[in-house]
Amino acid sequence: MARHIENDLNRFRLIVRGKVRSELRKYITEEDMIGRQAGEYIAIPIPRIEIPTFRFGSRNSGGVGSGTGDHIAQGPDPNGAGRAGDAPGSHIMEVEMALEELADLFGDELKLPRIQPKGAEKLLEMKDKYNSIRNTGPAGLRNFPKTYRQALKRQLATGEYQPSDPRIVPIREDLRYRSWTSLPSPRSAAVIIYLMDVSGSMTDEHKAILRQQAFWIDLWIKRHYKEIDRRFIIHDALAREVDESLFFQIRESGGTRISSGYRIISDIISQNYPETEWNIYIMQFSDGDNWGEDNPVCIEILRDQILPVVNQFSYVQAQTSYSSGEFQKLLKSTFENNNRLVMSEITTRDDIERSIHEILGHGQ
Amino acid sequence: MSWKNHRLNPDLQCLQREIEIYASSYGLDFFPTIFEVLDYDEITEVAALGGFPMRYPHWRFGMEFDQFTKGYQYGLQKIYEMVINNNPCYAYLLRSNPLVDQKLVMAHVYAHNDFFKNNCYFTHTNRNMIDQMAKNANRIKEIIETEGENAVESFIDCCLSLENLIDIHSDVIQRGSIDDFELDKAGDEISSPGRLPSKAYLDPFVNPPELLKSEFDYIKQKQNRPKRFPEQPERDVLLFLLNNAPLRRWQHDILEIIRDEACYFAPQGQTKIINEGWASYWHSIIMTRHCLDSSELVDYAERHSGAMANAEGQLNPYKLGIELFRDIEMRWNLGQFGKSWEECNDREKLSDWDQYLGLGQKKIFEVRRIHNDITFIDEFLTPEFCHRHKLFSFGLNDESGTYEVESREFPQIKQRLLFSLTNFGQPIIHVSDGNYLNRGELYLTHRTIGSLGLRFDYARIALENLNRIWQRPVHIETMDGETPTLLSFNGSEHTETILADVSIKAKPQKIYRREG
Repeated sequence: MARHIENDLNRFRLIVRGKVRSELRKYITEEDMIGRQAGEYIAIPIPRIEIPTFRFGSRNSGGVGSGTGDHIAQGPDPNGAGRAGDAPGSHIMEVEMALEELADLFGDELKLPRIQPKGAEKLLEMKDKYNSIRNTGPAGLRNFPKTYRQALKRQLATGEYQPSDPRIVPIREDLRYRSWTSLPSPRSAAVIIYLMDVSGSMTDEHKAILRQQAFWIDLWIKRHYKEIDRRFIIHDALAREVDESLFFQIRESGGTRISSGYRIISDIISQNYPETEWNIYIMQFSDGDNWGEDNPVCIEILRDQILPVVNQFSYVQAQTSYSSGEFQKLLKSTFENNNRLVMSEITTRDDIERSIHEILGHGQ
Repeated sequence: MSWKNHRLNPDLQCLQREIEIYASSYGLDFFPTIFEVLDYDEITEVAALGGFPMRYPHWRFGMEFDQFTKGYQYGLQKIYEMVINNNPCYAYLLRSNPLVDQKLVMAHVYAHNDFFKNNCYFTHTNRNMIDQMAKNANRIKEIIETEGENAVESFIDCCLSLENLIDIHSDVIQRGSIDDFELDKAGDEISSPGRLPSKAYLDPFVNPPELLKSEFDYIKQKQNRPKRFPEQPERDVLLFLLNNAPLRRWQHDILEIIRDEACYFAPQGQTKIINEGWASYWHSIIMTRHCLDSSELVDYAERHSGAMANAEGQLNPYKLGIELFRDIEMRWNLGQFGKSWEECNDREKLSDWDQYLGLGQKKIFEVRRIHNDITFIDEFLTPEFCHRHKLFSFGLNDESGTYEVESREFPQIKQRLLFSLTNFGQPIIHVSDGNYLNRGELYLTHRTIGSLGLRFDYARIALENLNRIWQRPVHIETMDGETPTLLSFNGSEHTETILADVSIKAKPQKIYRREG
């Protein structure tokens, strides 16, 4: 059996990424690879390309179900259309998983080092994790499937089980309860401060990239801390704090004075987030242009007020055709040996993975 | 890969022989069966290729593979059984499965195999499809060598977009044979049409020669008018295209391959419920009566009920199938069928009805031979069955956009169920004119049921693909709500015409520019 499916898979991936046969791209369903959903859960949609055929519209569609009818399954295709074949379970599915699991998968995939929170050794607390089963416990923790199975086994073994009257009555020995183990975990809190340059030159495409990237960085940092705060600052010549939705939408024009943003960051930190209690992360998104005379001020604030207190300062530069990218060169030359400053460049969506790796690859 | 042993180990070989004996002892009649033991990545690959080890290169197999692999990694789905309609019949076992699962799968496979061999809808399928698929794959690879990957792939996509336009019965019956049309020819001789009886001296007035001539000309003209093309609406659109579209040699080959493979899979789509029901019925009998070790009972029960479970509100074809077979067996054992049973109104008599016929086994074997899903449901779904299994029909509420329970009445349930199975729930589309407006344009008709029209955005793209094959303007007639509508595509522009009165040539109402 030759393994030529790999070729098909690569071809499919190329199409999904739009590298070849770009006319197929418009048939890709679930293009947005990740979406935040209510509560803790998130769906990882699996991209599919559906070749359009002549098929029924949704009008008057329906089907047959069984049961009480309280929940009607919204099958992938209520018209019952299905590809022939005998392989079971070939339907579109959505994976539901907790954010924590997703973060772990993501970390494994990118081989990211775990973040070592500051002061992890000092601030420990015992945390309960429900991960085992035992024979005694409070009624509220009773595990029904395990209990049922145990009772069924016992009744079969003793011959109590009557197929004509399949009644399963657990006795005391059958009962099973969920149980916990206490594990030490760092009690710590983190704040992520986002700073973005909104001066005209950032395109919508760049913002879309940054939003995706911000989601993953959030997710990963969140995985390591119990409590997390997020602050958003935009700047052109002046800076101000905004809420999350505005942060990713707003577009202004005007000059660029990065120091204005740094000042606000410095204020926020000194007023609300004492470094002894908080792990501080700063993400700056910029196109690398700054007003020349402002540069020395930036360096000064960064060196004296920001870098000494943060876990990591990440500078992400979006490469556009008309930006000079000089600010990055400046940072590079000034803070060459400071490992708290991490820099990354991004041009297209394909760079996201690499960029995330550059930013989170230090485990600090 | 090749160094791995896919043969059964001695234990499993014994098991296969044992199960084969049980299966034939009940009268199951099957092709020789070859089991292969595969790891998960291998079984996933085979499943992605529709069960075949060799298929032509195409991205959609990669897509399926991606999905199966992710589904398995996240612990959401697992492929349990896979069996191919072929002689010998190939089936796959997952290496990591516990023994009880292997037994179950084997028992299940033998019943599928029996179904493939004996069900009449499979009579015309190619029993050497594994080889055929491999040949098709080689042919397409050859074409790729000369035409290039992108050209071939995009043509395959184009064909796949029309893949459902086959006649699922084309192998079994021949529609509209030439003889039907010979009848018309008898009336060819024109005597003197419209001549009225009259006395000789009145004849020039009663039957004016000019009038007779004009009528004669009219009839002559009518006879000479070109025959319709196709003479009768053609259900097998792909076959029509193969015979008549201006395809290049390689395009013709690809379209033929796509059609052949679609035709091969069609009977499996037509017999999902009955086939799975049959296999589940037999694995249940073979397992519980013979194979099961007492230590495996609970695991087996869990597996079986898992496969039979109706997810909340859904209808599981395995469950529906097995229960219908059991219902049929019970009814024919007790004689609960026929005139006297149906006409009996005495409740007490009905509840104790038993004529000691014992025809159950015989009946279910007959059912597996002659029925497909539609006839199976049509014949054997009873009001009592619907009630017992709490079936209901549901529909889309256009206002709220959600699905709501419509009815628990038998006729509605049956109607919904049959509708969802008719033509696999695909629209029925004919070629009604291959020379529309005498301009070589292709006119398809969607035979609508009620007001259920096509999905327009998809239909437009499918029309573009059809146009690519036909290379002249293409049209399809369908319903937009209550209004008959004609969708057309002339190679650059989509138009949508309301066919309010077919006799009046309506003007296009809306014009859509082709995207991209």
